[in-house]
Amino acid sequence: MPHDHHDHLSPSGHPYRPDNDEALSYWQTMEIAVRELLVENGITTLAEINEQIEAMDRRSPADGAKVVARAWVDPAFKARLLADGSAAMKELGFEPDFMKLVVVENTDEVHNVVVCTLCSCYPRNLLGLPPDWYKTRAYRSRTVKEPRTVLSEFGLELAHDLRVQVHDSTADMRYLVLPRRPDGTEGWPEEKLAQIVTRDCMIGVAVPNPA
Amino acid sequence: MSNAREAGRRWHDMGGKDAEAIAHGEHDFALWEKRVDALLRIATARGFFTVDGLRRVLEDMGEDTFETMTYYERWIASVTENLIEAGVISVDELNARMTEVEARGPTYGDAQGAGE
Repeated sequence: MPHDHHDHLSPSGHPYRPDNDEALSYWQTMEIAVRELLVENGITTLAEINEQIEAMDRRSPADGAKVVARAWVDPAFKARLLADGSAAMKELGFEPDFMKLVVVENTDEVHNVVVCTLCSCYPRNLLGLPPDWYKTRAYRSRTVKEPRTVLSEFGLELAHDLRVQVHDSTADMRYLVLPRRPDGTEGWPEEKLAQIVTRDCMIGVAVPNPA
Repeated sequence: MSNAREAGRRWHDMGGKDAEAIAHGEHDFALWEKRVDALLRIATARGFFTVDGLRRVLEDMGEDTFETMTYYERWIASVTENLIEAGVISVDELNARMTEVEARGPTYGDAQGAGE
């Protein structure tokens, strides 16, 4: 060991992040090796990798919430969002990349929920990285078969006359739920509306709670 | 579901199967996991392979790996396999570099290289 680990500083002089202090695994070793080879072969740079991670860290469900709140207060925007989600998210400065965004609207008659049965496709450009449960065998298997039971495990009990529509994402097509604007939010400014739109509301395993 | 449907069905095609209750656990992603994600985005942006290529290897790795490896462990395995297939890195240089990385020290922090 060329440096003293006990001072908890990395060779660069920065403190170690907590997740860097665990025993090096085989797959971490592979990540380091591949990253270094790509940089040395001139395919990418450390700056580009760090920029990708910073972009990843900047994306969060607050982005999706802004889109939802705008749709709630601006009917023309909502119409464009439902017609072409990718184009509409760009209007608010969010980049869809290769992702075709399909926005599905909750109404008095229909509740939508999103899953990816085959892998873990998710509208990450509006919500950030998917939560662990979204990627589990349990969620992927059961949501298309017994959605009401799955939703009840999230604490969401739907009225029996509400139709449930389940949307199975693909690598190229990502779904976002446009929740129904709750009663009692009339006159709220857009920013306040966005605050009640959680990640789970936009996946469809929750509904906004104005309380 | 028909028998024909079941006969051609691969392990990753989970929709409609029975499974346990939803586990609500979540974790913040570690730096190394975010780096794997970044490498995928860069490699696909360069056109070396597609998300379909990522999935093909993940699915060919088999059902056991879904239980025994974490999400980003499976991803780096697939990203690496796809980069080798695309001729971007060679098995020999990968092996040599992994040996070198391992020798740097016992933790990810020791071995991670000049990433920060």
